Amino acid sequence: MNTAAASRYTAEYQAIAPVLPGRDLPWLQSLRAQALEKFSARGFPSLREEEWRYTNVSAIEKKLFSPSMSIASSHIDTDWLKSYQLEDAWSVVLVDGHFSGELSVLEGLPEAVSVMSMADALVKQPEALERYINQAVNYNEHGFIAFNTAWFTDGLFVHIPAKQVLEKPVQVLHLITQADVLATTRNIIVADEMAEAEIIETFAGLDNAYLTAAVTEVFIGVNAGVTFYKMQCEPEKAYHFGGAYIKQSRDARFSHHNFAFGGLLARSDVHADLDHASECELNGLYLGIKRQHIDNHTRINHLKPHAISRELYKGVLDDRARGVFQGRVIVAVDAQKTDSQMNNRNLLLSNDAEADTKPQLEIYADDVKCGHGVTVGQLDEKSIFYLQSRCVDEETARNMLTFAFANEMVDKVKIKGLHDRVLEQVLARFPQEGVSKEWL
Amino acid sequence: MLSIKNLTVNVGDKPILKGINLEIKAGEIHAIMGPNGSGKSTLSHILSGKAGYTVTGGTVTYQGKNLLEMAPEIRAREGVFLAFQYPVEIPGVSNIYLLKAALNSIRKHHGQPEVDAMDFLTLIKSKVRLLEMDEKFLYRAVNEGFSGGEKKRNEILQMAILEPKLCILDETDSGLDIDALKVVAEGVNSLRSPERSFVMVTHYQRLLDYIKPDFVHVLAHGQIVKSGGAELALELEEKGYGWLEDTQAAA
Ligand SMILES: Nc1ncnc2c1ncn2[C@@H]1O[C@H](COP(=O)(O)OP(=O)(O)OP(=O)(O)O)[C@@H](O)[C@H]1O
Ligand SMILES: [Mg+2]
Repeated sequence: MNTAAASRYTAEYQAIAPVLPGRDLPWLQSLRAQALEKFSARGFPSLREEEWRYTNVSAIEKKLFSPSMSIASSHIDTDWLKSYQLEDAWSVVLVDGHFSGELSVLEGLPEAVSVMSMADALVKQPEALERYINQAVNYNEHGFIAFNTAWFTDGLFVHIPAKQVLEKPVQVLHLITQADVLATTRNIIVADEMAEAEIIETFAGLDNAYLTAAVTEVFIGVNAGVTFYKMQCEPEKAYHFGGAYIKQSRDARFSHHNFAFGGLLARSDVHADLDHASECELNGLYLGIKRQHIDNHTRINHLKPHAISRELYKGVLDDRARGVFQGRVIVAVDAQKTDSQMNNRNLLLSNDAEADTKPQLEIYADDVKCGHGVTVGQLDEKSIFYLQSRCVDEETARNMLTFAFANEMVDKVKIKGLHDRVLEQVLARFPQEGVSKEWL
Repeated sequence: MLSIKNLTVNVGDKPILKGINLEIKAGEIHAIMGPNGSGKSTLSHILSGKAGYTVTGGTVTYQGKNLLEMAPEIRAREGVFLAFQYPVEIPGVSNIYLLKAALNSIRKHHGQPEVDAMDFLTLIKSKVRLLEMDEKFLYRAVNEGFSGGEKKRNEILQMAILEPKLCILDETDSGLDIDALKVVAEGVNSLRSPERSFVMVTHYQRLLDYIKPDFVHVLAHGQIVKSGGAELALELEEKGYGWLEDTQAAA
């Protein structure tokens, strides 16, 4: 869009390139160079791009965020960290885009399982990374992917070997402590045949303006299963881009739970490619208050027959917030017997709030079952009156109904520690009077 | 207990209730019958405070107070209960939570402490048995996915737990089979007391075999065109409403 602005980032690139990980890997150097070239030519995504038409990211170009060259983990407040870090999980903590060994918890991992920082993995398992990076998504997809590919400083690498079932979740925490920084992390998650794992991605930061631009690629082997949770609670001045790109093999199962709560401007991509009889479930909850702009883009590619996809995104928008949902389901010619259902429901709590919803079905096969539904509405007056007639005052009734609407998605979180943290975030954003945890 | 005088109500510019007069004393049971669209639900809604209607004239006094100026939840806390003709589904809010919230609001309104958790469970379980319901209903979302009959029973369950003073039942018997009707009637009868009054809107005389009314009123075209004792319901069953509407038109 704005190549002049892109070039401001590009100009800075020469200064930081020498300290980016993987300097001695020619394949990575060449990949970064190509991505940089792409980004220089194209810049960040423009409103003219169909998949970005509701989200204007020009503020990011104007700000010029810079990567943090060092880690400042000694500044991390323990209570703050604990409010995001799960106890019963392995965790990789990335502070300002860099791995912190001190804060991460990796003891007791099964021997054959790899969970490590991206920088570490580029040293220890470069062949694996060469095989996977840029394979679930290509830097040509859009400006943020190209940007991330050229700029990434660190990230998470997880490899779960065949038949291994991880008994605890793996959590990656992206924490930002400095103002005006840029956190570009690249994450690769590989679950081989029959493996099973739960992955949690948490984004949070101190109350500053900064930019997160994270890309996660997930590879799920034959008949393997991955459950993925993303909890995005960036502070209110932050900019967030976070994309997850998933390749599912035959019979693979994937479910993604996307909680988009924070950021002044936040965009999330979840794109999955489905193979024969694989199953994909995408759930999302976005809550917008004040002037937040929260954009969710999903794409489900049914490439082969018999795959099943289920999608439900719910948005609650108050004040002057704007929520965007763009959901594409593409059914290829070969993908007969596809079974797909996509739903997006939006609740507007104020007259100034806005929801843009655009479901897109592109069906090239003829024997499929595909449906979609969207709603944008306010709280139901009949329900409010019913509750009032049962002694509940109007304000409490509104809170109860709003919370019940959102809680359907929170309830799907099966990890207790995470469930409670997600719930806290929901409750912190909307009036709690009359809302009780008892009814969960 | 309740005194309605010359009540006229519009929806928009359209007059729906055209001068209702009704006196209900403590302990009495009044049945209101009448053809479809005659204003029975409108009257029930006006008494419980639903928005969307304009009172253009008349008064409603409940226990010496002006009912029409109270918010719906205040009326409910003061003892007015409406069993809805079409109970509303509230996904995500469990029955038991709503019951507890409702009961505690009533107690708070009367300056009483919150109900003890154990006492509450004992209370609701006894009422669930009374209405021959499955305890599982308590933990399900309010009315969500309930059958028509289950919804009606659930209304009476709420009524039995909240122990209101003025119970308005809008076609609670419609759509119930005879067994369910008996259960619901038993629930209502168990609540009868000299301090409690009932207004039962119904299309079917059969309900009145199980809950004997003191008075029967016929509402047609927004007015009470005839009042009588329980025997009036039998007459209506036999003759329909036509003869009343004719006399009304002639008058
Ligand atoms: N919100 C509304 N807008 C317009 N007309 C209304 C509204 N509510 C009620 N009415 C009209 O008022 C009249 C009375 O309706 P009401 O529901 O009170 O009748 P009812 O006696 O309860 O009928 P039924 O026996 O079918 O339940 C009807 O003509 C109805 O169409
Ligand atoms: Mg009616």
